[in-house]
Amino acid sequence: MAAYEEQEYQKPFSLRIWGRMLPFFKPYRRFFAVTMGLNVFLAAVDVVVPLFQSYAIDHFITVERLDGIWAFAAFYGAVIALQALCVYISVHAATSIEMYVGRDLKWAQFEHLQKLSFSYYNTTPVGYIHARVMSDTLKIAGMIAWGLVDMFWAFVYVVSVFVIMFLLDPGLAAIIMLIVPCIAVLTVYFQNRILRWNRKVRRINAEITSGYNEGITGVKTSKTMGIEQDNDRTFFDRTSRMHQASCRAARLNAIYIPTILFFSSVASAVVLYRGGGMVKSEIMRLGTLSVFISYAVVIFEPIQQLARLLSDLISCQANIERVMDLLDQKPQVEDSAQVMERYGDAFTAKRENWERIKGDIVFEDVSFMYPDGREYVLEHFNLHVSAGMNVAIVGETGAGKSTLVNLLGRFFEPTSGRILIDGVDYRERSQLWLHSQMGYVLQNPHLFSGTVRENIRYGRLSATDEEVEEAARQVSADKMAEKLEKGYDSDVGESGGRLSVGEKQLISFARAILANPAVFVLDEATSSVDTQTEQLIKQATQRLLKGHTSFVIAHRLSTIRQADLILVVKDGRIIERGSHGELMAQKGSYYELYTRQFEEAAAREVFSGEAAV
Amino acid sequence: MNGNHGKIRLILRHFSGSRRYFAAAVLASLLTTALNALTPQIFRFSIDEVLGNGNYGYLAGHLWMMALAIVAVAACSGLSMFASRTCAARAGEDFAKNLRDALFSHVQRLPMSWHDGNQTGDIIQRCTSDVEVIRSFVATQLLEVFRTVFLVGISFAMMVSMNRRLACVVLFFVPAVALYSAVFYRLIAKRFTVADEAEGELSTVVQENATGVRVVRAFGREAFEMERFREKNERFASLWIRLGSLSGLYWGVGDLITGFQVITVIVLGAMEAVHGTMTAGEFVAFASYNTVLVWPVRGLGRILSDMSKAGVSFDRVNYILAGKEERYEQDRGVCPQNTDISFSHVSFGYVPGKEVLKDVSFEIPQGKIFGILGGTGSGKSTVAQLLTRLYELEEGCGSISVGGVDIREIPLEWLRRQVGMVLQEPFLYSRTIRENIAASAPEASFEEIRQAAGTACIDEAIMSFPDGYDTLVGERGVTLSGGQRQRVAIARMLLARPPIMVFDDSLSAVDSQTDYLIRQALKGRMKDATVILISHRITTLMGADQIMVLNHGQVEEMGSHEELIRGNGIYRQIYDIQRGEA
Repeated sequence: MAAYEEQEYQKPFSLRIWGRMLPFFKPYRRFFAVTMGLNVFLAAVDVVVPLFQSYAIDHFITVERLDGIWAFAAFYGAVIALQALCVYISVHAATSIEMYVGRDLKWAQFEHLQKLSFSYYNTTPVGYIHARVMSDTLKIAGMIAWGLVDMFWAFVYVVSVFVIMFLLDPGLAAIIMLIVPCIAVLTVYFQNRILRWNRKVRRINAEITSGYNEGITGVKTSKTMGIEQDNDRTFFDRTSRMHQASCRAARLNAIYIPTILFFSSVASAVVLYRGGGMVKSEIMRLGTLSVFISYAVVIFEPIQQLARLLSDLISCQANIERVMDLLDQKPQVEDSAQVMERYGDAFTAKRENWERIKGDIVFEDVSFMYPDGREYVLEHFNLHVSAGMNVAIVGETGAGKSTLVNLLGRFFEPTSGRILIDGVDYRERSQLWLHSQMGYVLQNPHLFSGTVRENIRYGRLSATDEEVEEAARQVSADKMAEKLEKGYDSDVGESGGRLSVGEKQLISFARAILANPAVFVLDEATSSVDTQTEQLIKQATQRLLKGHTSFVIAHRLSTIRQADLILVVKDGRIIERGSHGELMAQKGSYYELYTRQFEEAAAREVFSGEAAV
Repeated sequence: MNGNHGKIRLILRHFSGSRRYFAAAVLASLLTTALNALTPQIFRFSIDEVLGNGNYGYLAGHLWMMALAIVAVAACSGLSMFASRTCAARAGEDFAKNLRDALFSHVQRLPMSWHDGNQTGDIIQRCTSDVEVIRSFVATQLLEVFRTVFLVGISFAMMVSMNRRLACVVLFFVPAVALYSAVFYRLIAKRFTVADEAEGELSTVVQENATGVRVVRAFGREAFEMERFREKNERFASLWIRLGSLSGLYWGVGDLITGFQVITVIVLGAMEAVHGTMTAGEFVAFASYNTVLVWPVRGLGRILSDMSKAGVSFDRVNYILAGKEERYEQDRGVCPQNTDISFSHVSFGYVPGKEVLKDVSFEIPQGKIFGILGGTGSGKSTVAQLLTRLYELEEGCGSISVGGVDIREIPLEWLRRQVGMVLQEPFLYSRTIRENIAASAPEASFEEIRQAAGTACIDEAIMSFPDGYDTLVGERGVTLSGGQRQRVAIARMLLARPPIMVFDDSLSAVDSQTDYLIRQALKGRMKDATVILISHRITTLMGADQIMVLNHGQVEEMGSHEELIRGNGIYRQIYDIQRGEA
C-alpha cells in the first residue's frame, strides 16, 4: 500500500537542480532542436491564420470581387497541410524525447539500486523506491518533453501576437497588454491554491484506500465484535473530508476559469469600443478591427497556459529532487578498487580468479550496530564455525535473528572486528564472489514472475533443463511441479502469487541447491503449511544441510535438536549458546522456547498419526 | 441487456441525491453555452449594423453600449459557468461519497464466504479506481456530452439562420470529425492496453527487484536483473513512441480536416458575401461559430469511445454491490434468555463436497468451560466460526442453538456481541492501542481499559512504550510481537464483558509462564461466562469442565480431563508426551 507519506518539497526554482537533468537530456538535443524549430513555425501559423479571414474580408467581400480566391484557397490549404505535417513530426519528436529521457533515467536509477546496500532497503519502503523509478520519472520526462515545448510554443505565440498587434495599432495593443499581468498573477495565485487542495485530496485518498484495506483484511475481527457500524462511522468521516476537499478544489477552479474569461471579454470590449471609434473616424479599416478582436479573444488562452506551465515546472522540481536523492545514495558496502580489479564487480565477474569456499567461518571480535540504530546489537562477538558445522539460531519473532546472517552474507559489514572465511577477511574478496557461493533460502520465499523452471534456474543461469529437474527432484519439488497445470512451465504469477507458501518454499530450495553453494543460510518458514508439504520440506532441509556449513534461523524442533551449535537471540543480543542438551540443562530462555514449541509439535504429530518426536 | 439495466440501477440508487445538482449543472452549462454564443452576435451586430452600412448606424456614437453588452454577457456567462462547475463537482462528489460509503458498508457486511472467494487487492481496486472512473464520467464527461450536443445545436441553428447552404457544408464536417475521433480512439484502444501492460510489466520488475533484493544479492544476480529490466524498459519506450507517433498522426490529420472545414467556410462564405447572400458581419459570425464547434466536436469523439471504459467500471463496482449481505434480522428475531450452547449433528464444509466437520454434537451449559483439542485442519476453529455465524450452516446439516433458540433466529449483531472471540491471528486496526482495545466497547473508561489490559497481562508492556496507550499500532506505528497482539485482542474482548467467550488458539504465541498468569487472572472474570477454549496445549485445557477431542472433523473423545487421561486415546497420548518432556 502506498500509505507511506511523501515529503512535499516547497522550494523556490533552482537552476542547480534542473542542471542535474542536463546529462539525461543531452543525447536527445537534436530531437529537441527539431520540435523547438517546428513550434516556432506552428506558433507563427497559429498567429497568421486569423489574417486569412481578414484578407478575405478586405480583398473579396468589401471590394465585392472574387478574383484570386482559388489561389487564396490553395495557399491557405497549403499552409494548413504544412501545419498538419509539422504537428505530426513535432508530436513524434516530443514523444521520443519523453520516452528516451524517461528510459535513461529509469535505467540509471535501477542500475544504482543494484549497488545500494541493505541498509537503504531496510529503511526505505518499497513503495517509495517504486514511485521514484516509475511515477516521478514519468512526470519529469513528460515535463521536459511536453512542458518545455508547450511553453516555448505559447511564448512564441504570445510574443508574435503582440508584435502584430503593435504593428497594427500600438494604442489598442497597449490596452490588451495591461491585462496580461493581471492574468499571470491570477493564474499563479489560483494554481498554487488548487495545487495545495489537490495534494490534500491525494492524501485523503490514500487514507480511504487504507480504510478499505483495513475494512477487508480485518473483516473477520470486525464481524466477531459486531462493530461494523463503528467502522462505518470512521470511514464515512474520511469520505466526508474527501468530499469537502474535492469540492473546495473544484470551487477554486470554478472561480478561476470564468474570471480569466471575463478579463479577456473586458479586453475585447475595450478593443471594440476604442477600435470602433477609430473605424468610424476612418483611422482604421474594418478588417483590421476584426483581426484585432480575434487576437484579443485568443491570446488569453496561451497566456494562461504559460502561467500554468510555469507553476507545473516548479512543482516538477520536487520530482527531480526525489529522483536525485535516490541517485545520490551511497552504497554502504563496497568492494575496494584492488578487489574489483582482481575479482570483478557486481556486473562482470572475473571467475577465473575466484577461490572455492571450503566453509570455515570465524567471527573475530565482531561488534555491530545497524546504520540507523543507536546501540550495538553485537559486542566483541567471537564464533568459530568449522567447515561442515550446522548452526541454529533461535529466538522470538523480531528478536533480531537475522543480524548474524546479514553480517555473514556481507549485506552489512561489522562496525569493528573481522569475519574470516577460510582464514581470509571477506572484505578482501568481492561481494559477488561471496554471494555466488552462498545458498540462501528465505522464510517468505521470494519468487519472480515467470515459470517454475525459470525460477529454479535463477540459482544457476547456465543450468540445463535436466539439471533444473534434478535439483527439483533432490528436494522433492518435482512432484509438486508436476501437479501444476503446465508442469515446470507453469506461470507462478507476480511474486509467485499463484503458489502456496509451501510450494514457493520448495522451489526456493531447488533454486538454492542448483547453485551448489559452499555455505547454506536457511530461514525456516513459520507459516503453517499442510502436513504433507511440511514432511517434504523437512526431508528437503535435511538433504540440503548435509555436508555443508550451514546457518539456520530455526523454528522446527528437528532442526534445533540436531544442530551442532545453537545460538539463542533475545532483544537483538545472543544470550545463550551451546548444544541442545547443554541449553536444556540450563533451564533458561531456550528451555522455555523449546517446551512451548514442543507442546504444539506433540499435538500435531499425534493427530497426524506419526510417532512422537 | 436486461440484466445490464438491473445492474446499473444498483449504482444509480446512490446517484438519486445528486440528481438535483446534476440537473442544475446541466442547465447552467447550457445557459453558459447560450450566452457564449451571444458574444459573436454582438461583434457581428457592431461591425455590420453599427459600423458598417446597417440600419443601426445611429448607435455608432454609442459604441460603449456594445462594449457594455459584451462585458455584461461575459459576467453572466462567468456566473453561470461558476454555477455549472460547482454543481457538477458537487454532483460528482456526492455521488462518489455515497458510492464509497455504500461499498464500504456493504463489503463489511458481506459474508466470510464471499471474502474467501475474492482478493483484497482486487476489491480495493474496484472500490477506488473504478469509483473514480465513474465519478469523472458523471461529473465531467456526461456533462460535456450534454454541452456539446447543445452547442452543436445552437451554433448550427445560428448558422442556419444566417445561411442555410453554408450551414449544410458544416453539417457535413461535424459528424465526420466526431466519427474520425471516435474511430481513432477505438482503434488505438488495443494498443493502449498493450502499452499499459508493458508499463505494468516494467513496474513489476522494479517492484519484484526491490522486494526480492535479498534473493538478487544472495545469488549475485545483479547483471541478470539489469538485463531483464533493460528489455522491459526498451519495450515500454518503443511501444509508447509508436503510440505517440500514431497520436501525432491523429492530431495532424485532425488539424487537416478541421483546417479544411475552416477554409471551406471562409472561401464559400466569401463567395456568398460577394454574391450578396450574406453580409460581412454574418460572415465573421459564421466563421466564429464554426471555430467554436471544432474542438468540442473532436472531444466528443473521444468521450464516446471512453464510454466503454466507464461501462466496464460500472460492471466492476456493481459486482461488489450485487453480493448478498449477511442476514442481520435487526428487528425481528428472538434474543435467548440464557447462554446454553448446543451443537446438534452439525456437518459443514467451506467448499462443497469437502466436509470439515462431520456430525458433531455437544452441549455446553451456561457458566461452564468447554475445551476443544485438535490438530491442524481438524475443524476446531470452524466450531467457533459457526457459532457466531461467520459461516452459515446449510439446511439439513444439523443445527446450533444458544439458550434453546436456533442461532438463525437470533439477530446477528446481538449474537456476535454475546460471543466474545479471540482469533489465533487477531487483527489490530492501525489506530492507537487504546482505541484498539476500546473498539469492542467505545464507551468504556480508561480505567476499565487498563483493567482489561491488566487481566490480559499486557498493561505493563503497553506502559513501557514511550507513548503508552496512545502508541500507534501497525504500518505507521510499532510492530507488536505475535504474543503481544494476542494479549491486546484478549483485553479487547474482555472489555466488552460478553457472556460467552471463545479463545481460538489465542494464547499460542504466549509463553507458558504468561499463559498461566493470564488464565489465573481470567478465572475471576470467567465465573458466570460460558467459555470455549480451543488449543493444542493440555495445560490450557485441563481446567475445562468438559473437553472434546476433534480429529479430522469428527468427535474422537469427550469428557473431563480426569476421564480422558484414564482412557488410552489421543488425549492421553498427547498428555504423556507434553508432560514427559516438559
